[in-house]
Amino acid sequence: MSKDNKMTGAEAVITALVENGVEVIFGYPGGAVLPLYDALFKNKKIKHVLVRHEQAAVHAAEGYARSTGKVGCVLVTSGPGATNAITGLTDALMDSVPIVCLSGQVPTHLIGTDAFQEADTTGISRPCTKHNYLVKNADLLCATVHEAFEIASSGRPGPVLIDLPKDIQLTNIQYIKKRTKINKILTTVLPQIDVEIISQAADLLINSKKPIIYAGGGVVNAGIEASNLLTELVNLLDAPVTLTLMGLGVVSNKNKNFLGMLGMHGTYEANLAMHNCDVMLNVGARFDDRVTGRLNAFAPKSKKIHIDIDKSSINKVVHVDFGIVGDCKEVLSLLIKEIKKSYNIKSIQSKSSWWNQINNWRAKNSLGFIQGATIIKPQQAIKSLYEKTIDKDTYVTTEVGQHQMWAAQYFGFSAPKHWMTSGGLGTMGYGLPSSVGVQIAHPKSLVIDISGEASFLMNMQELSTIVQYNLPIKIFILNNQWMGMVRQWQELNHGSRYSQSYTSSLPDFIMLAKSFGIKGLRVDDVSNLDATIDEMINTSGPVIADIRVEKEENCFPMIPSGAAHNEMILSSDDKVADTSESGLALV
Amino acid sequence: MSVYQNNEINEEETSRTLSLVVDNQPGTLARVIGLFSGRGYNIESLTVTEIDNRRHLSRISLVTRGTSMTIEQIKSQLLRIVPVHLVRDLTLEGPFIKSELALIKLVADGANRVEALRIAETFRARTLDVTLGSFVFELTGRPNKIDAFIGLMKSLGDIEISRTGVSAISRGDKTETKVLEQIKLT
Ligand SMILES: Cc1ncc(C[n+]2csc(CCOP(=O)(O)OP(=O)(O)O)c2C)c(N)n1
Ligand SMILES: [Mg+2]
Repeated sequence: MSKDNKMTGAEAVITALVENGVEVIFGYPGGAVLPLYDALFKNKKIKHVLVRHEQAAVHAAEGYARSTGKVGCVLVTSGPGATNAITGLTDALMDSVPIVCLSGQVPTHLIGTDAFQEADTTGISRPCTKHNYLVKNADLLCATVHEAFEIASSGRPGPVLIDLPKDIQLTNIQYIKKRTKINKILTTVLPQIDVEIISQAADLLINSKKPIIYAGGGVVNAGIEASNLLTELVNLLDAPVTLTLMGLGVVSNKNKNFLGMLGMHGTYEANLAMHNCDVMLNVGARFDDRVTGRLNAFAPKSKKIHIDIDKSSINKVVHVDFGIVGDCKEVLSLLIKEIKKSYNIKSIQSKSSWWNQINNWRAKNSLGFIQGATIIKPQQAIKSLYEKTIDKDTYVTTEVGQHQMWAAQYFGFSAPKHWMTSGGLGTMGYGLPSSVGVQIAHPKSLVIDISGEASFLMNMQELSTIVQYNLPIKIFILNNQWMGMVRQWQELNHGSRYSQSYTSSLPDFIMLAKSFGIKGLRVDDVSNLDATIDEMINTSGPVIADIRVEKEENCFPMIPSGAAHNEMILSSDDKVADTSESGLALV
Repeated sequence: MSVYQNNEINEEETSRTLSLVVDNQPGTLARVIGLFSGRGYNIESLTVTEIDNRRHLSRISLVTRGTSMTIEQIKSQLLRIVPVHLVRDLTLEGPFIKSELALIKLVADGANRVEALRIAETFRARTLDVTLGSFVFELTGRPNKIDAFIGLMKSLGDIEISRTGVSAISRGDKTETKVLEQIKLT
């Protein structure tokens, strides 16, 4: 910094990151970001975590953000650095994760000349960011960074990218501190919550004989208070509650009213309660197609109330009777107040016959499975892992596939922000880098990446990052030697023609671990499962646990593509109807 | 989009005119257009030019088609775009004016030249350029008036057309001034 209080653009950017509360940045260097790396070198306040691939930088930042509620920060170089980050940005957009990604760019006078490592980064990232910038005027640098953090974290959170040409990073400028409000009048300022609608919604809930509360990731984003309010509402109404994949933990799995996850691989009781309810309250979920099944048969006899911070989520795919745009923390607290106002034991409908019906569905035990004498059932592996870690502050990340669904079904979450999975995009390779971000944010906690052997191979270069920062992450691979979820669909929909879904040429995971200087474990007999899990947990450093499980186990319950909630199949023994022609076209 | 089945009530698609106020920044228009192409909505007409050179605001007039559920979705999605400040549904708000400017070159000779000038006069088109074998006419007004004019010119000779697309504004004494004043000068 020179005497007249000026600094380089790069130094200003890093100073602005500090001012916005950044403590950790996940990145990978290159020519176009050297000034930024130089500024980081001199800055002592931000810890830089060197990943091994830019996609992993974004996923790590996502894990960091989702487990802390803070904005995750990423730094990548121009060209290939930026294009490698695209999958991560798309993932963050789909799952509403607040990310600020800084990318280097060729100097302004070379933009448009197909210069070395030039890419149209703002063009490529436009559809996968909430907002993005190309900063061509160094005087706008500080304001841009401040605004980016505001945009990433306000309203429905999402990723924001700032493209920084190298000459801009080197220009001397005056640092400008953050002002509070950003220049946006209507979209960040949410409309006043309509008290009339709140009172009608309260009436509906009070008088409902068969209500269901269905909540999602929006409640996680709204913070712990929103979770507490949601639980209060569940208890107040004695209503059943089901959670989406993204929402697991916002109501404790130990709450007696919790029916488990809903949707394609949700429990029988959750899906049937959705199908048969008379009033549905959706809190911070978006009627995703994994959740609704066939739309024209979705909860056909219900009145629907939908609380969401994003107006465009309301009436997007499912028409609702009452849409309430707002932060679910505020809306829930108004709703609870309103219900309490007119609340006495008599005024709230008795739900005993509803609960009788639900308990009958529960009695089906749709998550039941039979563990034989030797071969480990993947469900058992997750169940044991959960039981062994129940008393610890455990964070779980996953990859994508059957293991992800089994983790969602058999691992219990009693608090939000402890479960990080790629829901909207379904990105294989998400879990391992995500666990890096989680462990960096929670160095003392137990962090487990529940993985599939195929997904693990997608970002396994991050083992090197894990070793460099001595992150005691436990990689729990449900190794079925198949892209299990693909194999399952091929079995059910494509006449068991297993085209390219076998994971051949796998590494020896113990030797792989050894080559990185970390512990590798393997188990293939259920009688040794508990001991292996114990050893994994009790190891102070990182571990790769190769859990050899039943190879051709299918993930049930399942709503086949194009089917409705009440058309689920519970096990392979169920007569599986051929997937309808229109269903075959669906993903 | 992997939505299972179209849940929309079978409702006729209608044409809607939207009026947006956006920051005049690189990328804003790309985001608006990307929204329509990415989500499969129609754009029938789109015009954009700066309307406030202190605040650097542009107006986008946009004509689209859809059922009311789709239009509601389009409006909410547009409002999610950070540099979009205002989205007005003129069709829904009440009476409004839709106008367009067209430049039409006609290459014709003989009696057709006389006829062309007569038609131009009836439509109150201005003649901006004349050679011995051609005219350039300028016409403003509702799109269907321009369509009609072009139809007639086509039968008189070889034509070339340049149209601006629809620009729209509400009737009556209401303005956006109060709302736009909340946008800080940058
Ligand atoms: C990047 C990416 N490519 C492809 C897919 C499609 N896909 C979904 S699940 C799956 C198989 C995953 O296999 P594995 O990680 O072994 O998990 P398993 O289903 O066996 O538990 C594939 C290929 C995806 N989700 N993400
Ligand atoms: Mg597998």
